[in-house]
Amino acid sequence: MQKAHFFIPLKSEKQTNNMITRKVNSVQEALTGITDNMTIMLGGFGLCGIPENSIAELVKMNVTNLTCISNNAGVDDFGLGLLLQKKQIKKMISSYVGENAEFERQMLSGELDVELTPQGTLAEKCRAAQHGIPAFFTPAGFGTEVAEGKETREFNGKMYVMEEAYKADFAIVKAWKGDEAGNLIFKGTARNFNSCMAGAAKITIAEVEELVPAGTLDPNQIHIPGIMVNRIFQGEKFEKRIEQRTVRQK
Amino acid sequence: MALDKNQIAKRIAKEVKDGYYVNLGIGIPTLVANFVRTDISVEFQSENGVLGMGPFPFEGEEDADIINAGKQTITTLPGASFFDSAFSFGMIRSKKVDLTILGAMEVSENGDIANWKIPGKMVKGMGGAMDLVASAENIIVAMMHVNKAGESKVLKNCTLPLTGVGCVKKIVTELAVMDVTSKGFKLLERAPGVSVEEIIKATEGTLIVEGEIPEMVLD
Repeated sequence: MQKAHFFIPLKSEKQTNNMITRKVNSVQEALTGITDNMTIMLGGFGLCGIPENSIAELVKMNVTNLTCISNNAGVDDFGLGLLLQKKQIKKMISSYVGENAEFERQMLSGELDVELTPQGTLAEKCRAAQHGIPAFFTPAGFGTEVAEGKETREFNGKMYVMEEAYKADFAIVKAWKGDEAGNLIFKGTARNFNSCMAGAAKITIAEVEELVPAGTLDPNQIHIPGIMVNRIFQGEKFEKRIEQRTVRQK
Repeated sequence: MALDKNQIAKRIAKEVKDGYYVNLGIGIPTLVANFVRTDISVEFQSENGVLGMGPFPFEGEEDADIINAGKQTITTLPGASFFDSAFSFGMIRSKKVDLTILGAMEVSENGDIANWKIPGKMVKGMGGAMDLVASAENIIVAMMHVNKAGESKVLKNCTLPLTGVGCVKKIVTELAVMDVTSKGFKLLERAPGVSVEEIIKATEGTLIVEGEIPEMVLD
C-alpha cells in the first residue's frame, strides 16, 4: 500500500525550520542598492507611521534626484522634509503637502516637480502595484485638472478616470511589529499607506519597532505576509513625533 | 446676525441621522461632531484609516499612532476599527459612508465645488477631498457665503480649479441653508435675523426663493 505523500521536506534532520528569512541586521544593509534617480515609495500619513530610521539613512547616503511617492512631504525638520532640505528629491508624488514651508518654496520656484494626486487614488495606485493590477478606473478627479490627459470612461451612467499602478524601485514601510519571516503588524492609524505599499515596488524594505523570531506572532493577526517584504530590520530609535497634539482636559 | 463657525456646525449637525457613518473634513466640519445629538448612534470615519473616532485624548494619553485626517491626536470608541488608506477609500467609493461634510472656497449652482488650490497662491493639495466628493451620495458643504472682500462664493460657475463636478447637495453658510437643485440654489432657511434680501445680495448664482423662508432653528 502506498503512503500518502503530503509533507514539507525538512532541510536536515536537525533543522526543522524551513522559514525564509527576510531579516537584515542594519538600516545600512536594508537600504543597499538605493541610488540616485530612483523612485521610492515611503509609507506614512503626515508624520504618523513614517519609516524614520530609513529616512535618516537616506539623508546620510546623500542619494539625489529621487522621485518620492508619499502621501505627504513631512514637516520642515522631520520626515521627508529632511530630504527636501538637502535637495535630494527631484519629484514628489503626494496628495497633500501643506505643512512644509521649504516644500512650498521649492515648488513655487520650480526646483521641485510635484504631482498632486487624490489620496484615495494614490493609495489605490500603490495597492494596484501591490496586487499586480496595471490600471483601474476611479471617479475621483473626473472633470478636474487631475483627469487632464487621462482616459475617461462611463460605467453605469457615471464617469471614471483611468489611473495606472505606480512603478517604483523601492518601497520603504514602517510597521509596529515584524518577524524574521517578514510578516508585519501595524498599530492604529500608522497602517495608512504602509500596508498598501508593502510589495508594491521591486524591493520592499520594512523597518519595525520590534523584530521578533518567526513563530512569535500569531499568523491570524498578520496584516502583511512576509512574501511582500524583502528586507526587514528593527529601527534603532523611533521619535514618533506628533504633528498636531490635541487633548482635552480631565 | 450671521452665524459663527460653531453655529454653522450646529446647524449641520441636525442633518446627521441615526445610524449614519460620517466623514468630516477639516475646519468647520470637524466641529460638527461636538453638536451631534447624543441619543442617536453615529460613527465618524477618518480617511487615513479609522472608523469609530472618539474625542481628543486626555492630556498625557496622546498616541502618535492614533490620529485623524487632520493629523490631530484622537481616541477611538467601542466598535472602532483601523484599516489602511486604500481600504478606507474603498468604503468611501462603495458608498458605505452615508454623509460627507466638507469645506469649500467656492460652489456653483450646478453643484461643482472648488476647495484645493488657488493658482499662484496656495497649493496644498486635495488630500482626500476629490475622492470624497466624487463618490459620496450625500455631500454637505460648510462654507462662508462671501469672502473677506464681500464677494460671493456661491456662484454661477466656480472660478478656482475644481475639486469635483455636480456633487454638492446641500450648503450651510453663515447666512443660509440651501439645496443644490437642477435649477440652482434653493433657499431653505435663513440665519436668525438675516433677511432674504441680504442672502440674494450675497449670492451670485441663481437663487430660488419660494414662499416664506423660515429662520434656522439651532437649539
